[in-house]
Formats: sequence, structure tokens, C-alpha cells
Amino acid sequence: MDTAVAKTGTEDKTWGGGNEPLKASYGKMMMWFFIVSDALTFSGFLAAYGFSRFKFIDSWPIADQVFNHFPFLHGVDAPMYYVALMTFILIFSSVTMVLAVDAGHHMKQKKVIFYMFLTIIGGAIFVGSQAWEWKNFIKGEYGAIETKGGQILQFVDTDGHRVALADIAIFDAHKNRVQHENKNGIWYENEATLPTYTIDEIRKGFAKRNDVVIRTQVLTEKGEKTILSREESLKRLQNDAIGIVEGANLVHNEYGTPLFANFFFFITGFHGFHVLSGVIINIIIFINVILGTYEKRKNYEMVEKVGLYWHFVDLVWVFVFTFFYLV
Amino acid sequence: MAHDIAHHESNTGKIWKVFILLSVVTIVEVILGIIKPTFLIETTFISMKLLNWIFIILTIYKAYYITWSFMHMEGETKGLRRAVVWTAIFLICYLIFILLTEGDYVFEVFKAGHKSWDF
Repeated sequence: MDTAVAKTGTEDKTWGGGNEPLKASYGKMMMWFFIVSDALTFSGFLAAYGFSRFKFIDSWPIADQVFNHFPFLHGVDAPMYYVALMTFILIFSSVTMVLAVDAGHHMKQKKVIFYMFLTIIGGAIFVGSQAWEWKNFIKGEYGAIETKGGQILQFVDTDGHRVALADIAIFDAHKNRVQHENKNGIWYENEATLPTYTIDEIRKGFAKRNDVVIRTQVLTEKGEKTILSREESLKRLQNDAIGIVEGANLVHNEYGTPLFANFFFFITGFHGFHVLSGVIINIIIFINVILGTYEKRKNYEMVEKVGLYWHFVDLVWVFVFTFFYLV
Repeated sequence: MAHDIAHHESNTGKIWKVFILLSVVTIVEVILGIIKPTFLIETTFISMKLLNWIFIILTIYKAYYITWSFMHMEGETKGLRRAVVWTAIFLICYLIFILLTEGDYVFEVFKAGHKSWDF
């Protein structure tokens, strides 16, 4: 093609332009650069998590005591089994993705369809599992007491098993405090949900339960939570407690410091959003594969590019798993 | 990109091998996390439990296999590989060093202060 640019006489030289020193297509290179910047974003989150954890190194919640649910096993203490399962599902969907890429290199459309389908299913199961984890975390299980200083006090029996607020509280039938809803009185004013129990109901019930003591947030030398004696527990509950916490949100957290909940929501939420968008991108490419777009194009590089993103999501989870659940 | 087809011999065997490796490492991590051997918890190395060091090393080991094998990093040119890996590793190490040092300092301030935070 004729252009207005004068020939420089360097067309066949290295600096003449048009060569690809990295031997990667534009799209693939941009995917790598995106992955680098996204990796730095996640590192920022995880490093901030590390900062907060080092700041509260002697009172950080123990993950085993927070994430110990397994579907259909109610009341069974199953630390980490479910996250481990989720990790497997994600690694396995990564494997099917790389098998799809491999099949794409050999122009085997049927195989690409099959493996991409498995990948999408795996991703969907993972996102669902994460939603389930969130639900358990938000709902909480046993409830706890919050003190004036924002510390969390949990109830345990003599064997160290948790005791729920519901098993302690002596319900006061005469309490006359009802939640103000906007349909009563001034219509535009309402208030937040009242806690299930008042602190006085807990105090009254706790005084009668000689087998229950308080576990504080503070970690002992051995890395376990401190358990107070019966006298200390009674004193603590009388002097410091101001209210009850059930479950977790960004301000209150029955498992320990609210920062733990904040980072949990932010990091797993941001990762879950990545998985969700990964699934959506996979579905788009999946439809294209079925339509035969890449057969016509005679190359499946698009599958390789979304594959890169999908593996990256898996890579991030490996780190989130370690720093949130294991360490 | 027709040359691609000729170049890529199928490496499904290798993919499954890497999958088994990653699974085994994850199982080891979970088992260690559940039994928490006392020796590994009581021994510390550079102010961190030995167990946590093992977890971090195993994680990096897994990350290496995911990047090199699944993301085909081993097949990329040296330039691309270094542009991605060296940049990320340098910046991440720098960030972690600064934030963890600062976090530890804040912890010391809290602990040494005259105020009690546990009330």
C-alpha cells in the first residue's frame, strides 16, 4: 500500500519496525499487563490485611473458629473443610480451562466446548459456595457480648465448647421496649432492628449458669484465646459489657475485631466479583465457540486469553486461602 | 496463526500431573492446618511461626506451577516473562515489607502506651 511516509531504508533492520520481540499478540500482551496491575491491586488488599493483623497480632480472630460450617452438617465443627473443597473446585476448573486451551490449539471444537462447559460449572459452584460462606458469616451462630472498649466476649462451657446467647438468656416477658417502625407515630421515622436479647437478660441468665465462662479476644502465648475464670467472667460482664452482637457486618462482628469482617468482605468479595466476571466472560467465549467463530477464524487464541484471566483468578484464590484461612 | 497448530504437541499428560501436584500440596496444607503440630507452632523463625512459613512457601510453590504451567509462562519469551514476574515480585515485596513493619510498630505503640485497649 502506498503511504505518505518516506521510506527510511531500515525496513529489514531490527529497528525498522514491524517485528515482535515478545512474540505475543497484542491481545495476549494486554491481558498480561492487566493481570500484573490486578495482581498489584490484590497485593494491596492482602498487604493491608497483613498490616491490620500485625497491628492486632495478639487479638486477631482464629479462622478455624470462624469458618467451621459444612453444608448439611449442622452443629458439627468442621474447620476449613468447606474452603478446602472450594479450593479444589477452583483448581479443577482451572485444569479444565487449560485443557480447553490445549484442545483449541488442535482445533478440536467439540473438546473445547466440553471443557469450557465444565469450567463454567466449576466457577458457578465456587461463586455459590462463597455466597454461602458469606451467609454463615453474616448470620453468625452463637452471638457474643460487646464491651465499652469494643472488645468481644464469647461464652464457652467448661470443655471449651461455645455456648449460644439463646441458651443463656433468661427472657424477660415484661420488657416493654418495642422496635419503632415508621408505621407507628411519626411515619417517616424508624429505628434499626432491636437486638434479640438485652444485656440484662444475658446477665441474669449468666449468673445462674455456673458451667459457663467467658472467652476474650486476647491470645495466649500458645496462640489460643484467653478463657477467664468464673469470678472474672462475672465481673467482666457486670462492669464492661454494653450490648450483644449476633453475626457480623462492617461495624460489629461477633468473631472479634470488626476489621476482620471488613477485610473478609472486601477481599473475598473482590475476588468473588472477579470469579463472577470470569464466568460471564467464559460464557461469552463459550457461545462463540459453539457458534464456530474461532473455527472460521482458524485460531482459538480468544480461549487462551480468557484462560489467562481464569487462571489468574485461581492464582489469587491460592493466596487468599492461605492468608485468610490457614496462616 | 496456522503455525501454532504444528508447534503445540498435546500436553494433557503434563496438565494432569500439575493438577495432582497442586491437589497434594493443598491437602498437605489443610492437614497441617487441622492438626497444627506443636513443634511447628512453638518454633519461630524471623518472628513468625514455622507453620506459617511452611504455608507461605507452599503457596508460592503452587503459584509458580499455576503461572508456569497453566498460564504457559514457560513458553513466553524471556522479555515478557521478566516484565511480568520481576515487576510484580519487586513491588509486592516492597509493599509487604513497608506495611508489615509499620503494622508491627503500631502494635508496639498500642502495647507500650499508658492506655488500656481491653476494657
